[in-house]
Amino acid sequence: MTETSLLDMNQTGGCTVSDLRVALTGTNLDVVDEINIELRPGEVVGLVGESGSGKTTAGTALLAYSRRGAFIEHGSVTFEGQNVLALPWEKVREIRGMKIAYVPQDPGAALNPAIRIGRQIVELLELHGIGSAAERTEGARAGLREVGLPDDDEFLARYPHQLSGGQVQRVALAMAFLPKPKVLVLDEPTTGLDVTTQGMVLKTMGELCRSHRVAALYVTHDLAVVANIADRVAVMYAGQIIELGPREAMFRQPAHPYTRALLDAIPHLSRARALTGIPGSTPGPGRRPTACRFNTRCEYVQDRCREIEPPDVEVGPDHTARCLRVGEIGSWDIDRGNTTDADPNTDRDIILTIEDLKVFYGRKEVVHGVSFDVAKAEVVALVGESGSGKTTISRCVGGLHRQWTGELTFEGRPLGKGSRARSAEDRKRIQYIFQNPYLSLNPRLTIAQIVGRPMELFGIAKGKAARDRVVELLDAVALGPTVLDLQTNRLSGGERQRVAIARALAAEPDLLVCDEITSALDVSVQGSIVALLENLRKTRQISMLFVTHNLALVRSIAARVQVLNAGALVESGFVVEVLDTPKEEYTKRLLSASPAVD
Amino acid sequence: MSIVSPANLRRIGRQRRLVTGAVITLVIVLMAIFGPLFAPYGENEIVGKPYTYEGSFLGTDYLGQDVWSRVLYGGATILINSLLATALGMVLGIIIGVVAAYWGGWLDEVIMRLNDVALAFPQILLALLVLTAVDQPSWYVIVLLVGVSHAPRVARLARGVALGIVSRDYVTAAEALGESRVRVVLAEVLPNMNAPLLAEAGLRLTYSIGLIAGIGFLGFASNPSAADWGYMINENRLALLVQPWGVLAPVIIIGVFTIGTNLMADGIAQLSGRGD
Repeated sequence: MTETSLLDMNQTGGCTVSDLRVALTGTNLDVVDEINIELRPGEVVGLVGESGSGKTTAGTALLAYSRRGAFIEHGSVTFEGQNVLALPWEKVREIRGMKIAYVPQDPGAALNPAIRIGRQIVELLELHGIGSAAERTEGARAGLREVGLPDDDEFLARYPHQLSGGQVQRVALAMAFLPKPKVLVLDEPTTGLDVTTQGMVLKTMGELCRSHRVAALYVTHDLAVVANIADRVAVMYAGQIIELGPREAMFRQPAHPYTRALLDAIPHLSRARALTGIPGSTPGPGRRPTACRFNTRCEYVQDRCREIEPPDVEVGPDHTARCLRVGEIGSWDIDRGNTTDADPNTDRDIILTIEDLKVFYGRKEVVHGVSFDVAKAEVVALVGESGSGKTTISRCVGGLHRQWTGELTFEGRPLGKGSRARSAEDRKRIQYIFQNPYLSLNPRLTIAQIVGRPMELFGIAKGKAARDRVVELLDAVALGPTVLDLQTNRLSGGERQRVAIARALAAEPDLLVCDEITSALDVSVQGSIVALLENLRKTRQISMLFVTHNLALVRSIAARVQVLNAGALVESGFVVEVLDTPKEEYTKRLLSASPAVD
Repeated sequence: MSIVSPANLRRIGRQRRLVTGAVITLVIVLMAIFGPLFAPYGENEIVGKPYTYEGSFLGTDYLGQDVWSRVLYGGATILINSLLATALGMVLGIIIGVVAAYWGGWLDEVIMRLNDVALAFPQILLALLVLTAVDQPSWYVIVLLVGVSHAPRVARLARGVALGIVSRDYVTAAEALGESRVRVVLAEVLPNMNAPLLAEAGLRLTYSIGLIAGIGFLGFASNPSAADWGYMINENRLALLVQPWGVLAPVIIIGVFTIGTNLMADGIAQLSGRGD
């Protein structure tokens, strides 16, 4: 840091976190440790990490807050010349929301559902004693205008449930910016929003931060989002910041093996990539290895990585990495994982045809005459925003929804409506994998029972033979036989999804219907699941109907794509053509709003 | 994977309510089972004049029988009958509730409206109505009546719990595989309901004891000469001021027992509420 920037900081805000450690109450286990980061005015710092990395804990510690069961053991958050963590709580309360503001992950839960929007904003100003009654209302209007929302009386009189998800999030942003804070902590504020809405919220946020000279910390698991909005990026792993640097450097020349592995795991919009995962999962407090915390999963690990705690090594201007071997592991190339796009000119052996599919919920028609087909050993992606009908279509194919008209033809045979109207053969050969592996596996059954059941049901194998096949299948999805007799609550999300895939494979299917199967998982896990599916497609000639909202993922996994909007097919064709040269306005809009790393 | 794993036992041990309830219940159950072995006098043995403090420390009842001995003898029937009635009520109620929740639609509507009608009758009234028609009720009539009158109450709870489970993806997954409906209910739905249902069973046991004792007090005992906690209150109520122990002893023991089972039910509910 130069002399001038320090001076600058003292005048206009910003804040410095140093040597922060948050530990679990009653233990000496740390949730986050040795957090050193400087937030400069007018700059957005992206704090990226997978689940369990401690990113939210680090974020809320800036407000001198720790969740129940944890406490801030030591460290300092220097803001306007004083250490926020050392202040008495009355003082901290004055600073919270006023000087250091927080935007939570789920604004729907943060806004009071029984109070009108206008009143909630005015109440915030009252609480801090700002202005007169008329000024407060005017302030609320100005705040809403700033985030691109209407400021008329009708809007002020609405309740939170009368707004869309994106609007609610922008109201939360408006409330955060209203007291003119100097520091802003945003905790995954766009998770759960559609890409176009997310694009708008991010744009608003970025503009406000720069125009108000706010120092923002943007906490997220999504590297692609960070690549679009952050000035600097901090990557967290197992409670520590393992790499910190300017955005360009972080995405062009990442120095830490973990950052590199994460970047290898994320799909790109502009090219197909062979995604890879990181073996294992992020260790929680108490299971973290000593010395370098990444040493159990690192591909460059050496003996000294297990003995010496790595210091922050300067690898470039304003760019540090916490790794002993930064100079030794060579440079990284973003194109390393590139593969060729699926070839549009291969012969297609059609196995599933969907003809004029109309789907109803009660009397309401939600899908309006969709037609497309799936060929053998081909992945067809269904993409669209929430409410576009992509999951509904997949549920009809999977036999989970009965109210539809039109023709579904599987290998020349018409498919019945709902699984009970189908033959055992059809039920066996089309398998459905659910979005959330925490809900799709019965918590009372063991893995062996779950995976073995389709075999018993369809008469594929029984008893000892079935158990042997379960072991084989678990091996195919990269799970060891040690999990056989465990219940699912002992497994991580990625492992559960692997079990769900193994269950689907147990029926020896020809078509897998995958409904957003990676959206509940971390990127590194998503990478390995995608690699697994690609391998299954090649070795077992399985076709897939892959439902997703992530266009970048489509590029890396699918050969054909169907873009849906409001229950109708907007554009369809080969992935290369649709993503590189979209013809429809909607597809173009979707593509431009999708956060991309490249 | 069983409920009795060391980790679970530790969790149960920390739940003081549950432990207290279980200990009280266990002590009284043991007393009811083994009591007759330790009774100083026989069940119908006359030890002195009625309503005096002859015999053992609780004195004598309206026929001059020893109250303490009759308390020790009188628990077995009431406990067995309550347990059977509770089991019957739970089974019936769970079947009704789960069927309504799982099949849904008009069947759910019909079952639950009929259930509401059944709920409108106070339990004891329904039992008395039948008992007055039957001259000398056998034990199984009482069990049947109490059990059946529990069923609608259990059904409501079971339906509520099951509704949250039948919409889960793993149930949908089993259906997509083409599992039979019975198997979906038995393997996927029921095992995930056991914590709230266990708590409900404890509560229903409490009510069963109260009901059966009440029926006994109102004069409907399957064997009038045998000792029975409920019936004893009726027998000795005339001398409440002269020899209160004839009434108080069975009242206290029924009270303590219901508190025990209730605490146990509460503890189970809290334990399962913290996420299983």
